[in-house]
Amino acid sequence: MTHEVLIQYLYVLAAVLFILSLKGMSEVKTARWGNWAGSAGMLVAIIATLLAYHVERYDLLIGAVIVGAIIGVPIALKLPMTAVPQRTAMSHAFGSLAVALVGTAKYYQLYPDIDTFTMAVLASEMILGYLTFTGSCIAFAKLQELISGKPLIYPGRNFVSILVLGIAVVLGLALVVDPSQSVLLPFMIGFALLFGFLLVMGIGGADMPTVIAILNSYAGLSAAALGFVLNNKLLIVAGTLDGSSGFILAMLMCKAMNRSFINVLFGGVGAPVAKAGTGAGEARTVVAYSPEDVAAILDGARLVMIVPGYGMAAAQAQHAVKELEDVLEARGITVKYAIHPVAGRMPGHMNVLLAEAQVSYDKLLEMDEANLLFPECEVAIVVGANDITNPAARTKPDSPLYGMPILDVEKARTVVFIKRSLAAGFAGVENELFYLPHTMMVFGDAKKVVTEIVNALKK
Amino acid sequence: MPEHTTLTAQDIVVNLLIFLMASFLGLELIRHVSRLLHTPLMSLTNAISSVSVVAALIVLANPKNDLIMWLAVIAVALAMSNVISGFMITERILLMFKRRGGGERE
Repeated sequence: MTHEVLIQYLYVLAAVLFILSLKGMSEVKTARWGNWAGSAGMLVAIIATLLAYHVERYDLLIGAVIVGAIIGVPIALKLPMTAVPQRTAMSHAFGSLAVALVGTAKYYQLYPDIDTFTMAVLASEMILGYLTFTGSCIAFAKLQELISGKPLIYPGRNFVSILVLGIAVVLGLALVVDPSQSVLLPFMIGFALLFGFLLVMGIGGADMPTVIAILNSYAGLSAAALGFVLNNKLLIVAGTLDGSSGFILAMLMCKAMNRSFINVLFGGVGAPVAKAGTGAGEARTVVAYSPEDVAAILDGARLVMIVPGYGMAAAQAQHAVKELEDVLEARGITVKYAIHPVAGRMPGHMNVLLAEAQVSYDKLLEMDEANLLFPECEVAIVVGANDITNPAARTKPDSPLYGMPILDVEKARTVVFIKRSLAAGFAGVENELFYLPHTMMVFGDAKKVVTEIVNALKK
Repeated sequence: MPEHTTLTAQDIVVNLLIFLMASFLGLELIRHVSRLLHTPLMSLTNAISSVSVVAALIVLANPKNDLIMWLAVIAVALAMSNVISGFMITERILLMFKRRGGGERE
């Protein structure tokens, strides 16, 4: 009996360590400490479990741990920071599949006497787990550019998706009514897998920050559901913490785009259809400037704001951007970075890339802070961002971007846009800023252009 | 530890209570996470939720047949790879966050 009590205390200790771990993430100073607390909590949880339950096949257990290490360690050591969004999607796939498989195993273990509550939780846990698995796989494929990042749109898309989910839920309900109908289980799993696939296929690249956060939340909630099935309170706590983390991040991302969950999941923004609004017929021209022109106007500046977007990540331009910062600072020019919450492909993506390039984190400004500074800054340099600077979000009620909080780059004395082409942004909306008299468009690969500006400044 | 094959009503209520408390605590904790750290936060919470490895171990301790055993073994491998890479990547990312000019620490 005392043995059992000891295990429960160890679980409490692990839960406390997990909570302290998240608490540590509130500041950069304590974050690493938090990560260690989390690792310690995990170790305590695993040891306590092995003490409490006697696994006979230790050979299989050790084999599984070795396989896990063989997959996990090289990824952890070699992963380039630009690939962090992909790896996050992959880890959601692994985590949710693990949970779904345990749920499935648990079903067969308890079969056929499963009480209604347990079966209901098991069914929802499996549906959630399996749909998160395929959804995350598709998110991974899109981020890794194995498949097109464009949303897959076809007539009746939402109807088909909802129908597929509906069938999975009905099969789940049938299992709750009669848990012994094990023949239904593979079909329920199949439809859940299909729904995850359809759901994320319909979502475009720039909505990935929200989708990754939602998948994160689902992965956590399915783990918590498994905790209910096993009556394991540690699993409930850890899964719920993960679930609420994903939920909050998803909310922040939605707020930063002025869209609802439903709109992100079923709206299909970024489809080619959205381009219809641009056919006003007026042929407007922009003047293309050279990197040397940019160097010339940077010469007299006191404050320069750099606005990074996904283009910076795609061109791996973060180190060139840091070099630009160094050259400007050497001339006594203050450089700050304006970070929009949805810039990039996952929450916090830009911060990590700039940290990798050794940009000091106190130079990274959040949107509200940055917007206060734009009127005082001589030059705003937009590196591979578009929609998050588009004033149509404030001025054009008919624009798909309307209502989205943006970075007020146009308030800077000069705006420099480094872009590959004049193409509209992800939302398919043209950016008025390109045509303003105080805007300088510089066309080309972000890394190449920034390096050329640096070279011109060094002359 | 005895396995609860059927949950009592009391178990369910206690678990729901824990779920509710953890939700509120989670929302409160995450709200205060620095925006700078949202990416490492995701890798950290992902590693933490892979405590589902515990669930896989519990099932593995009492497999009724080979199917159940292998499902649990695969789950252990998947969850362990998340645990290992999750904490390691979080550490790698956090090591990059530095403040220059005036020392790394305050």
